[in-house]
Order: sequence, then C-alpha cells, then structure tokens
Amino acid sequence: MQQISDGFIIVAKRDCPTCTLLEPVYDALAKEVPSLAVCSQDDPTFPDSIGDVIDDRDLEQSYHLNIETVPTLIRMEGGRETGRVIGWHQQEWREFTGINGLGEGLPDYRPGCGSMSVDPGMAEVLAVRFGDTNVTSRRIEIASLEDDIEACFERGWSDGLPVVPPTEVRVLRMLSGTTRAPDEAIGCVPPNLAGCTVEKVAINAVMAGCKPEYLPVVLAAVEAALMPEFCMHGMLCTTHFVGPMVIVNGPIAKAIGMNSGENALGQGNRANGTIGRALQLVIRNIGGGIPGGIDRATLGNPGKYTYCFAEDETDPHWAPLAVERGAPSGGSAVTLYGGEGLLGSFDQLSRTPESLTRSLAMSLRAIGHPKKANAHDALIIMSPEHFRTYREAGWSKARTLEAFEEALLLPGHELVRGAGGVAEGMPEHLAEQTLSKFRPGGLNIVRAGGIAGMMSAIVGGWAATGERGSEMVTKEIGT
Amino acid sequence: MTEELILLDPTAETEAVKRERIAPPAALDGLTVGLLDIGKARGNVFLDQLEEGMAARGIKVRRYAKPTNTKVAPIGVAQAIAMECDVVVEALSD
Repeated sequence: MQQISDGFIIVAKRDCPTCTLLEPVYDALAKEVPSLAVCSQDDPTFPDSIGDVIDDRDLEQSYHLNIETVPTLIRMEGGRETGRVIGWHQQEWREFTGINGLGEGLPDYRPGCGSMSVDPGMAEVLAVRFGDTNVTSRRIEIASLEDDIEACFERGWSDGLPVVPPTEVRVLRMLSGTTRAPDEAIGCVPPNLAGCTVEKVAINAVMAGCKPEYLPVVLAAVEAALMPEFCMHGMLCTTHFVGPMVIVNGPIAKAIGMNSGENALGQGNRANGTIGRALQLVIRNIGGGIPGGIDRATLGNPGKYTYCFAEDETDPHWAPLAVERGAPSGGSAVTLYGGEGLLGSFDQLSRTPESLTRSLAMSLRAIGHPKKANAHDALIIMSPEHFRTYREAGWSKARTLEAFEEALLLPGHELVRGAGGVAEGMPEHLAEQTLSKFRPGGLNIVRAGGIAGMMSAIVGGWAATGERGSEMVTKEIGT
Repeated sequence: MTEELILLDPTAETEAVKRERIAPPAALDGLTVGLLDIGKARGNVFLDQLEEGMAARGIKVRRYAKPTNTKVAPIGVAQAIAMECDVVVEALSD
C-alpha cells in the first residue's frame, strides 16, 4: 500500500454525486497544495482532472484510513493524521485547507455518500483481506477444484448433513454476534476434555448454519453442557438413546425468531434447528465425541442431530422453566436436559386436571420401562390445550407436579421381576412397597406447541440421573 | 486460490500423544494388583472371583471403585491406584 506521510488525501468514488460535484475542488487543490493524493474507490480514471489517482478498488487505503463517508479529506503531517473533514461543507474545506475561494459557485453543503469500505458485510471481508483479524484457528486451504462442502465431510467435521464451510469471513460475522472475545475460554469439552474458546464455538456455529445473533444462545448451551452435573461425558459414552436437549427461555427466543408453537419439536425453524446442531458439532469437533468412537449408543435418537426449542411463555399462569429453576425473571436462559426420543400422549376427553394427570401418568409410567421406578427422569412438553385444563382449574405447576407424583406411586408387586410374566422389573424385595416412578425433581414440565391438539409429548431421560448421572442444568444467556 | 477456499479448523487442533504401552509383567508374583469396579451392574461379581483366585495364589490384591460408571474416575482414585498397585484390572460387565 502506498503510504502518504505528508499532505492531503481525498477519498472519493465516481458513484457519489457529491464526489463528482467536487471535481473543480480537486483540481484547485492539486494546484494549490504541495501534496495531494486522491484515492478512488470505484474507478481509477476518476477524477478526470487528476493524473495519478490511487486505485483503491481493493479498498486498502479506505480500510486503513477508516473512511466511513466519501468524500473525506484528510491532512497528514509526519506520518500522522492531523485532521479530516467529511462530506462537503464549503467553509469547513476552506478553513481546513487555508484556500479562500475554494469551491466558489458550488453549493454550501452536500453530505456525501457511504464509503464502499463500510458497505454491509464489507468490514469482515476487508479485515480478512488485509490480515487484520484476531482469529487464531489453523487455516486450511481447500484446493481450487475441491468442493468445499465435500472437503468438510472428508475431514470428518460433519454430523452427516452438509455443513456451511467455515470461512474466515463467516466466522468473523458470527463473532459479531457476541461481545465476548474470541480467545475467551469456555471450558473443556468431553470426551477429550479439549480446551474450547468462543472462536471455536463460533466456527462450529457457522457450520451448523447459525446466524450471528444465535451465538450467545449457543455459547450458553455449550457452557451448560460442560457443567459437571450435566455429565456430558457420560451421556456421550452411554449405550442409551439420550442426547442434550436445549430449551430456551426469555426474550431472546422471540428476538431471534425461535419456534415455541406449532411443530416446535419439528423441522422448519432455523434457530431451533441450528442452535441444537451447533452444540452437537462442538461436542463432535472439539470434544471428539464421534459415533463409532466413544459414542456407542445402541440406537441413538434423531435429536442427536439437533434437539432445541423455545418454551411458550405467552401465558404467565405458570413460571417459565428457567425461572422455576432459579434464573432471573425477564432474562434469557437455556436449560439442558438429557433426552431420548419423544412419546406422544393423546387425550381428547379429559376436562379436569385430575383426569388429565392420571391419563398422562399412564404414558409416563412407560418411560424407561413400565416396570422401572426411580430410574429415568422425564419431561412433559405440554401443549396449550392440555395446559388450558390446568390453568382453568387454577392449578399451579407445583400443584400439578404433586398430582403427578401421587398418580405415579406404583405398587411394588406390579413392578418386581417376574410380575406380569415379564422378567424385567424391580428387585423382588420391593414387592410390598409403594414406589415412586420418578426421583424427587425427576419430572419436569415445559410448555410448547400449537394451539390446536389435545396431545402432549413426553421425553424420557437417561437411565443415570441425579448424582450418579445427569441433572437438568440452566445457564443464563449473556451477550 | 480465493479467500472463500480458506477454512478455519473447527477442531481443538490437538494431537494425541502416542505412548508405548508398558509391557505386561510375565508373572504377578510379588506384585500388587488393583481391581477397579467401574460401577456397572455385576462388575463386583467378576472382581470378587478374580480376587478370590488371586488370593488363592498368594497375590496381593487391593480393591477400588468409581462412584458411578457415568463419570470418569475421581483423580484421587486414579492416583491411589497408581501409587499403591503394580497392575490394575478394570471390570466392565452389564
């Protein structure tokens, strides 16, 4: 790049009406001042009156001079900038250059146009072009005839679906979604307990298809997954179905367009789909949790591609899940739950909370195995029409959970090994006892779903719960 | 080469340190054998039989256990095995 240490610099473009209006000014300045350099952003033959225009179509001068508006007039002295004027203001230009009569006959004021160096998306392109990023990950060159998406597959970076190739520009744009520094450590990702930074999460978020504004949610989800009580390592290693389910609460869900309504657990919403996927890619690519490697799940479940939705918080009758779990009201948070596939529970006839509780409890009894108690956790994802039954009866969530606990007290003689002609079951010595299906705190309720449909979803948890396995965890979402 | 064809590595950029395995001892005479129960169901049954067989041969045995099979062994357990034993047997059964 040509360095201009002394004299005046004008940065302009032919596409700007103010810049073209000032052609006589450039000509006058070139004759009056000892040194004038004119940088043209779009046409090196502009201005016509200047013989040796600096061709700045690559925007290097504009980038390094931090130009936001054209025309901009800069004064350099001894390699340092000692002043600049932006746009055209006749009196200001005259005072700045010391040339009385400059621009005589021209309008007093014209605002100028935006610099091409600050066009939308250009900041990251120029930062990469001129090597001015603080991104430190290894650069991997993809041969010009190599398909970049196939290259990602071949390097083992994919969950089985195509990923967005993580170019430096895309990663910089992703990092613009957070106030956190790229080198900030997030934690150690199992199973390899590999160090993870904001930058590495951003790369995987790009690959998952996230938008930058999703990144704070992804970061919180990763941090939640790394909380020791969530036991991500064990969840990876188990033969069980489970994987991390991400539930988003608070205003950010609406801000980034997450789905808590119709088909909330299904396809079609970018934020739901890509946030959950980004978490899985972090575990795969940074932690090394790869199917066939340490992940030896017998069957897995489709949620191990992505398993993420927002809670429906439109009705304040019940506190949102994250608030119930201690997060500040009005804030945003993620809650992670180790979930297997979902079981639909369909009840169109119950009109009282007592009936509906007993009805859903029949499905809940099947979690893990109908003859198992105090083993797996469960999460009810309650639809609006089922929730209405509790709300209209004035039941709080606490009262509802108590009713489920009561409905899920099971007679030991039905559960013990051999009962019902089924070998599986609880140890025989429990035959005379009454057993709770779930441990204390092992059943939770979250609300989601479309307004039509008297059905709810039940998601079973891992066989290892509590201190011997995984606990549901909640993490506030930062910026 | 265009800038779009430079990708950033999404991995931890770590390489496994390759370490040669220590050759197993030719015999257990005079050695202390650690038996680690990882917490899986009935792993203790297998280890009980091993302990019984080793004791019958005069081999010194020490027992260890992880609190749960779902989590890696606590550092204290791993250090105790390293300090107190010459060889270790981990039992996995289901």
